[in-house]
Formats: sequence, structure tokens, C-alpha cells
Amino acid sequence: MSTFKLQDCHKQTLKDICTSFNNNPGELISVLHKTQSEFGYLPEAIQREIANNLKISVAKVYGVVTFYSFFTMTPKGKYPISVCTGTACYVRGAEKIVDEFKDQLKIKVGGVTEDGKFSLDCLRCVGACGLAPVVLIGEKVYGRLEAHQIKGILESYE
Amino acid sequence: MGNIKVKIDNIEVEVKRGSTIYQAAKQVGIDIPVLCYMNLNHMQIENRPGGCRICVVEVEGRRNLAPSCSTDCFDGMVVKTKSIRVLNARKTVLELILSDHPPKCLVCSSSGKCDLQELAQRFGIREVHMVENAEVSTYRKDASPALNRDMDKCIMCRRCETVCNDVQTVGALSAVNRGFMSVVAPAFEQDLVDSPCTFCGQCVAVCPTGALTPYDDTPMIIRALADPTKTVIVQTAPAVRAALGEEFGMNPGTLVTGKMVSALRSLGFDKVFDTDFAADLTIMEEGAELLDRITRYVNGDKEVKLPILTSCCPAWVNFFEVYFPDMLDVPSTARSPQQMFGSIAKTYYADLIGVKREDLVVVSIMPCLAKKFECQRDEFKVNGNPDVDYSISTRELASLIKAANINFDKLEDEEFDLPMGESTGAGVIFGVTGGVIEAAVRTAYEVFTGNKLNRINFEELRGLAGIRTATIYFGETPIHIGIAHQLGNARKLLNGIREGRYNFHAIEIMACPGGCIGGAGQPLHHGDSSVIKARYEAIYKEDTGKAIRKSHENPYIIKLYEDFLGKPLSEKSHHLLHTHYFDKHKI
Repeated sequence: MSTFKLQDCHKQTLKDICTSFNNNPGELISVLHKTQSEFGYLPEAIQREIANNLKISVAKVYGVVTFYSFFTMTPKGKYPISVCTGTACYVRGAEKIVDEFKDQLKIKVGGVTEDGKFSLDCLRCVGACGLAPVVLIGEKVYGRLEAHQIKGILESYE
Repeated sequence: MGNIKVKIDNIEVEVKRGSTIYQAAKQVGIDIPVLCYMNLNHMQIENRPGGCRICVVEVEGRRNLAPSCSTDCFDGMVVKTKSIRVLNARKTVLELILSDHPPKCLVCSSSGKCDLQELAQRFGIREVHMVENAEVSTYRKDASPALNRDMDKCIMCRRCETVCNDVQTVGALSAVNRGFMSVVAPAFEQDLVDSPCTFCGQCVAVCPTGALTPYDDTPMIIRALADPTKTVIVQTAPAVRAALGEEFGMNPGTLVTGKMVSALRSLGFDKVFDTDFAADLTIMEEGAELLDRITRYVNGDKEVKLPILTSCCPAWVNFFEVYFPDMLDVPSTARSPQQMFGSIAKTYYADLIGVKREDLVVVSIMPCLAKKFECQRDEFKVNGNPDVDYSISTRELASLIKAANINFDKLEDEEFDLPMGESTGAGVIFGVTGGVIEAAVRTAYEVFTGNKLNRINFEELRGLAGIRTATIYFGETPIHIGIAHQLGNARKLLNGIREGRYNFHAIEIMACPGGCIGGAGQPLHHGDSSVIKARYEAIYKEDTGKAIRKSHENPYIIKLYEDFLGKPLSEKSHHLLHTHYFDKHKI
């Protein structure tokens, strides 16, 4: 998970982000937001560097990262999969869909495949309840999905 | 500003604007139960996240119940603290907490000292209606040489977080995760030994449950005492005698030196010695180092490192190794009294009585949890055999005495054994903030000037203010001294030095409030500063009552140098009584 190695250029990027918020510890959430949009996720080394820049304890940074579900410490795959588990999708079998993805990819929800190709997450309602159950892969939407279709869909991604 | 009037349970009370309902109630003797709330008066630190909701009360005109610890009074407020609605709500809150708490109270090391258990008793909880799977462990246990974390028992009061961050500025702990999984932990949920934790243990001292507990070596000591092939000797730190009595219902500040010695002898220790002896030895070495640096400085040596920092407090040593690695050459290299004792015991004393190092077991009774960590450091071992085998706290000694069926009140006073039980008043005052530096001054003054001191008490170095400064004249030479207790104050002082704002020759630092008397291994004082004050006065009383009050006049210390060490800072001293520090910067 924390195989991420901090390079000098990364340090500079983080320094710039923190400076843009005046190194103010009160702006920690904004700093983390910006950083995640830059790096895709928030590995340990990055959190330590942010704590260093803002002069706060790394435990505090980690506390905020783990509190907000938006922040993630695992990188997203090349094709991030989001299964809607909102009410409508749930009653129309979203759970079976999630299980099928887990079986096919051999990862947990929140995980990423070893080759970094797919990551799997759940989200709550994409506003397309008429198409329930709904799955997003990258920007593409799959509606009225059934478990047996999943293998084929995954194979269509290179 | 100005005062406002509120009515609590039909009692009129006038309070300062900005007071909470809890404070107002306290003023008229109404004791609202609290759990997460903590008030450490002497540190001006309050923890009131308003999270546990045990302290809820009814406020007229307000729809929901209000947490009294974090709700401000307003003029004309009418409060009910014991209506049926309030009592039912408190019971429900307790049941909810208990539904997610392991039910094995009987075998919990905090049993009998647990705030949650006490509340469950007070509210007569006999059944928990909401049953979560509280028996199933959700968190990995974390064991360190000083303290254990069992987060299944954490109720998220966050007192430890407040102490670790706001008081000690260590920053090892923070609330992490959310919902049922939320818990107080180091970053990345690492073990404490991999975090910046200093093992000061102040988090343990405020934990209301058994989530944070000391690592306890008592069973190993019992085993050693029962082993006929082992010679088991014990040393007692200065602060222990001023607090141990509290565990047996005595008033804070009762000195129980003689009873403590008698209890230890009756527990079966072969010899009962005193860490104060080693404190005198520390003064010989640290004082010599101080004088060496000052003399070189006075003679114009630009290389000399000043100020010299004391190094007796193991939590403080851990703190500067993590946070001030650029200043590792500033502290004195003298080992702490605990470790000097162990080192001398396993060389000089072992030879004296003709016992092999491996067959001599050295136990220490300390007011401290960081001492447990310190005695396990690799640099204090010879071929894997530690100089001090086991360190237990004042509270753990009290438990051992109770378990052994010793009637502490009725014990006759006894004397320490010789040679390592003889000590001076200077050794005793190591237990309070300012004491180490006063002890050093008593000796350094006489050595530096060649004159006898007219007075022995240095009032200007005493007191309980967090940071203190004073100038003492060694003849014509002014010596500037800084003193800090609690690591947050230490950090302020050190930052000042880094930035060149201070110009001290010597600095004493203690990690705990009031010094060792407020250590995390002492009977719990719950933020009551009068307890600290009473222990503080007891220590100076013990000092005043001593026949000899300057370390260099201790006849057994003089003999130790004549027979074994040579002189302070000799090669042998360096080998046995000094140490070196490591860069443990962790960010």
C-alpha cells in the first residue's frame, strides 16, 4: 500500500500546495483535497510531508484522512469502478453485482487490482434510478446490469 | 462581562458570564456525573468534547437535553439536573456505551479504578438492552515496554488526545477513523514504539477506562523473589515516598519512607536501597560536566555547548531524541539515577557481595512509566542482561503490598540498607521540578568557588510555575538557569534557545506536572493541584530533615569514588554512568 516513494519533485509540489494555503493548519482539509486531486490518493509519505509543512502532528493528518470518506489512501485503478448501492439499485440487486466484481477481480470494495487496472468502490445514488442497478466504469455508465454480463464487460477493457 | 443568575434544581446561583452549567452546578454543590469531561486545573487544560452525553440536563424552554459540560449559562436559565427524563437519558447513554464495551470487568487491570465501571454502579445498570458484539475484539492490541493499548475498551472521550497534544505537545495520538471504528491511535495505526510517543504515560493517568494501561512486570518480580538462586535488590525513587501512602487512604503529602522500606523488606527483597543514592551520584557526574562546560566557557572556549540540559527524565530524553535531534550534543550525557543505580549495582555491588551479574536482579520502584521503557533500552544492557531488570510504578507497588497481605498502616519505620541506601537531601529533591538543578547548584557552587554555602535552600529555583528562570551567583560569576516541567513547556523553552532568545547556562526539564511527584505511575490525582502541592511540600520536608543535604558530602558516594570510580568523569565513570543519544526524528 505504502510503496509510494516521495521524490524531490513531489516534495516541491506539496510545498507549493501548502504555501498556497499559507501553511495554515486550519486549511488542512483544503490542502488534502488539492493534494488528492494532484496525486490521485494520499499515501503515507505524502501525509508525513504535509504534516511537516504545516507543522502539525502526522497523527492529526491521518485522523482527518481516515474520517472523511472522500479521502483515500489507496490509488485508484486505471478504470475506477463505482457500483451504486443507493436504495433503488440496492433493491434491484446491487449487492450481487458488487459480489460478482469482487469475485472476478479478486479485490475488496475500496481495493485495486495488482496490475492497477481496476479499482472497486461503492457510491450512493448517481441519479439514474430508472436504470437500476447502475455501475460506472470511468465515465461510462452501465444500466440494468446483470451479474453474468460483468465478465464480458471487464474483458472489453484493455 | 458581569454576573448572571441561573436556577439549578430550584437553587439560585450567580455565576460569571461564560460559565458552563456544569461549573454553575458545582458552585452550589451539585455533582453532575461526567465521563469525557476532564479539568486539569493546574495546567489550565479542559477537555470537553461534549461527546459522551452522560452530563445531560434539562433546560427550561429547550427541546432537547443539553450537555452541561459544554453548554454556557444564560441569564434567567432554569436547569433540572435530576428529573426522570434526565436520569433515563443518562442510563440509556451508559447502556449504549456498555453495548460496545468488553464486559470482562473482573479481569480488567483498571477494575476498581474505572470511571465507566463506577458510573455503571452509580446508575445501577444490571442489564444492557442493546447488544452489539462487544465481546468480539475489533482492534489489534498494542503492547510497548511502558504502556499497553486495548482500544476495544476506548470510549472516545479523547482525554488522552488532549493531554498528548495540548499539554505535552507530543502529538503521538489522534482520533482516527469514524463511526464504530473510530478510536484514538498513532498515525497509520502504528504501534506506539514506532510513533513519536515519549512514554510519559500522562495519557494513561487520565484514561477513564482500561483502554490505556501500564505495562506491568510485577509477576516477573514475584517469580524472582521466589527463586532461591537469585539475589533481588530494590531501589525506590524519591517521589514514591511522598505519594505511596495515598493508595492506603493516607492524606496526600504523607511521607511513608520508613513504612515503604519495611514493606519492601517484608515482601522478601534481599536489600532495600534508595535511588536517592544514585541521584547523589548523578549530581557528582552531571555537576562535574556542568562545571567543566562553564569553566571552559568562562575561559573563552567557543566550542563549548551551553546550556547544559538535565537528562534524568526518560520521557524528556525520548522527547528531544524525536523532536530536537539537532541538539543531541546539548543535554548532559549523565545517565538517569535509575540507570546509574543499576550500573553500579551490577558491577561494584555485585563484586562486593560476590554475586554474578546474571544472579543479581535489580528492581526499581518508580513514579514513572517511561522508566519501564528506559530500563529496556539496548545501551543499558550488558550481553543482553539489563542493568535494571524490572521497573514498576508506585501504584503497582501498592497493589503488590495489598496482595501480600501486608498491613501498611501498622508497619514500623525501618531504615534503608547500606551502602546504596544512604542519601542526602539533594538526592531527595530530584522528585520535584527544580530539584535536580537545586541539587546540582548546591554541589557545583562549592566546587566552583571553593567556599561553603551559607544557605542550602534556593527558593528562587522552587515553585510550580510551568517555566521558571533564575540567576545564581557562583561568587562573581552569574549562572543563568531555566526550569520547565511538562513537555509543552519544555518545547517552548527549547524553541526559545534554538531561536537564540534565551541565554542559559543550565536547564532542568521534567516531563510530568510538578516533576516526578506528578508522574504517571503515581496514585491518580485527577487534575487536583492540591495533591501535587502536598507531595511537593513533603519532598522538601524530607530534604530539610536529612542530616546531610549536599550530594558531594554523602560518605558512601565518597567511598564509591575512592574504592571504585576514581573521580567524576573518569574513564570508568564514562563507561558506567554516561550514555549517548540517538536521532529518532520520525516525520
